[in-house]
Amino acid sequence: MQKRFEDLIGKSKQIRKEMLEMCIGAGKGHVTSSMSCVDILVALYYGAIMKVRPSEPDWQGRDRLILSKGQASPALYTILADKGYFEKSDLEKFAKRDGKFAVHLQQDVPGVEITAGSLGQGFGLAAGIALGAKMNRDLFTVYAILGDGECYEGSIWETAMFAAHNRLNNLVTIVDRNYMCVTDFTEDLVALEPFDQKWEAFGFNVVRIDGHSFEELLHVLPGLKSRTSERPTVIIADTVKGKGVETLCYDPLWHGCAPQGDVADQCLLDLSREEG
Amino acid sequence: MSKKVMRDAVIEKIYQRMHADPSIVFISADFGAPSLDKLRADFPDRFVNVGIAEQNLINVATGFGLEGFKVYAYAIAPFLTMRAYEQIRTNLSILSQIRDINVNLIGVGAGLSYDVTGPTHHCLEDSCIMSVLPNFHLCSPSDAVLAERFVDYSLQRNCPKYLRLDGKPQPDIYPADEAPPIDNGFHELIAGSEVVILATGYMTHIALQVAANLVKKNVNAGVIDVFLLKPFGESMLLKQLKRYSHVVTMEEAFLKKGGLDSTISDLLIDHRMNMSLTRVGFIDKYVFEVGDRTHLHRVYGLDADSIVDTIIADATMHPDYQTNQQF
Repeated sequence: MQKRFEDLIGKSKQIRKEMLEMCIGAGKGHVTSSMSCVDILVALYYGAIMKVRPSEPDWQGRDRLILSKGQASPALYTILADKGYFEKSDLEKFAKRDGKFAVHLQQDVPGVEITAGSLGQGFGLAAGIALGAKMNRDLFTVYAILGDGECYEGSIWETAMFAAHNRLNNLVTIVDRNYMCVTDFTEDLVALEPFDQKWEAFGFNVVRIDGHSFEELLHVLPGLKSRTSERPTVIIADTVKGKGVETLCYDPLWHGCAPQGDVADQCLLDLSREEG
Repeated sequence: MSKKVMRDAVIEKIYQRMHADPSIVFISADFGAPSLDKLRADFPDRFVNVGIAEQNLINVATGFGLEGFKVYAYAIAPFLTMRAYEQIRTNLSILSQIRDINVNLIGVGAGLSYDVTGPTHHCLEDSCIMSVLPNFHLCSPSDAVLAERFVDYSLQRNCPKYLRLDGKPQPDIYPADEAPPIDNGFHELIAGSEVVILATGYMTHIALQVAANLVKKNVNAGVIDVFLLKPFGESMLLKQLKRYSHVVTMEEAFLKKGGLDSTISDLLIDHRMNMSLTRVGFIDKYVFEVGDRTHLHRVYGLDADSIVDTIIADATMHPDYQTNQQF
C-alpha cells in the first residue's frame, strides 16, 4: 500500500514538473489553480478510480471528469497527454499559435468533456449527465471538480439543490478548497465557511479531507462507487494554491499567472526540492 | 378559425413523439401549461423540473444533450434567454461547434405577449440577442400549426435551437397539415406588387390586417411570414423581394439591434437592392404604459392603422432607400 502512495506521489511530481514547464514555456496558464488540484486528478486517473480508455476517449462506459474550474486545464492537459490521449509534444504548444489548446478548457481536446472557463457552469452539466446516466441505466460515475472560488456563483447552488433532490449518488463533487480567489483569500473577501454546513444543508454527504494526501483521497474515493447512500457526495479537499511551488504559495496575486525569468527558475527549484 | 396557444400545440407534439422516442426529455424551469400535465403524468421519468433556476436549466439540459438525449428546455422567454444567456453561449453555442448536441429552448412570451405584466416580462430583445449566437437556429412561428412543425424539425437536427412562442392564443394562419416546412424559412401569404411586408411571430397577424387595409387605398401589398430567423434563407428571399420596390419589416422587438429589420437592411445593402425600407417595431425604450396588447400597439404605432399611414408615407413619398424614423 505504501508503495502505491509513493508511486502516486512520484506521478504527481512528474505532472507538476511537466505542467510548470509547459506554462513557463507558454508564459501563460493558471499555475497555482492547477497545482492545487494535481493530487486530486492524479488520484482519479492513476489511483484506479476512474475507468477511461485513452485510445477511445468517447467510450460510452467511461467515467466522466467534469473540470468545472476550467482554469486548471494545464493540470488536466498534462495528465491526458501522459495517459496517451494525445502526443506529449502537444503540450509544448500550449496557448501558442497553431497549438491544440488555449488557456481555458476546450472540449475539442481528446479526453475533455466540456468547454469551461466561465465559472459555475460545469457543475450543472455534470448533474445533467448524472441524471441522464440514471435514465439510461449507465453505471459510470461523474466526477465534478469545482474551485472554492467558483462557489460564489449562484448557479453552483442551483445545481447543488437539484443534485440532492434528484439523488444523484452517481455524481461525486470535489471542491478544490485552496482558500484563495483571484485577488484575495476567500475568508477575507466573502467567507465561505462554514463550508461543510452549507453543503450539508443542501443535502450532500460531506467529507472533508487533505486534498494533497493520497491516503485520504484513496480512502474516500473508492467507496463512493458503491453508492450505498442516495445522497450525492461532496469531498471538500483542503489544498494549497500553488502546492509544490513554495514561491507561488500564499500570495493570491499569483492567480492566473505563469512565472517567468528568475522566478520561473526558482519555481522549478522549489519543485525539485519538494518532499516526496 | 380555431385559436390555439402555441405552447400547447408544441407540447402535445412533443408528448406524441415521446411515446416512440425514449431519448426525448423535457425540462422545465417550473413553468407550466395545461398540455404539460399529461406529459408529466405519463412520462414522470423524462420530465424534469429544475425550479425557477434558468441557469441550471441550461446547464442540466446541456448535460443531457451530451449524453445523447434530445432535450426541450422550457421557460418564460425573457428569463430563459437573458438570465441564462452566458450559459447558453458557453454550453450550447460554443460547445455545439465541437459536438453535436440537440437542445431546444422553448421560450414562451415573445414580444408583448405578457402585455399587462409589465416590462420585466415583455420580451423585445430575444430575437436580437439569440441571433448573435453562432450555431443556433432561431424559429419565430406565427401560429400554432407552424409551432407544432418545429418539433419534428428540431428532432431531426442535432444543434441548439431557440423557439420563441407567443404567449397568447392566436388564430391559425395555416391550415392544419398544410403549413410550409420550417426549413423554407418564410412563406408568402399574399402576393402583391410594389410593397411587401416581412413580418414575424405575432406581427404576421397584424401584417395581414395591414395588407387588407392597404388594398382599400389601392396599394397591393404582399405579405411574407418569416418564421426561421436563423439560418436565414437569404437567396430564396432575395428572389421574392426583387418583385417589389418597398420593403416593410414588422416585429415585436427592438429595432436596429440585430432582429428581422437588421437582417433585411443588411440584405438590401449587401445586394445593392434599390429598395426603400420601413421598419416597424420598438425603438430604444422599454414599455411602461399599462394596457392590453392592442392598446400598447396603438401607443407605439404598431397598430394596423398607424402602420398603413407609415407605409403609404414612406412608399409614396420616399422612393429611394431610407429608414423610417417616425417612431
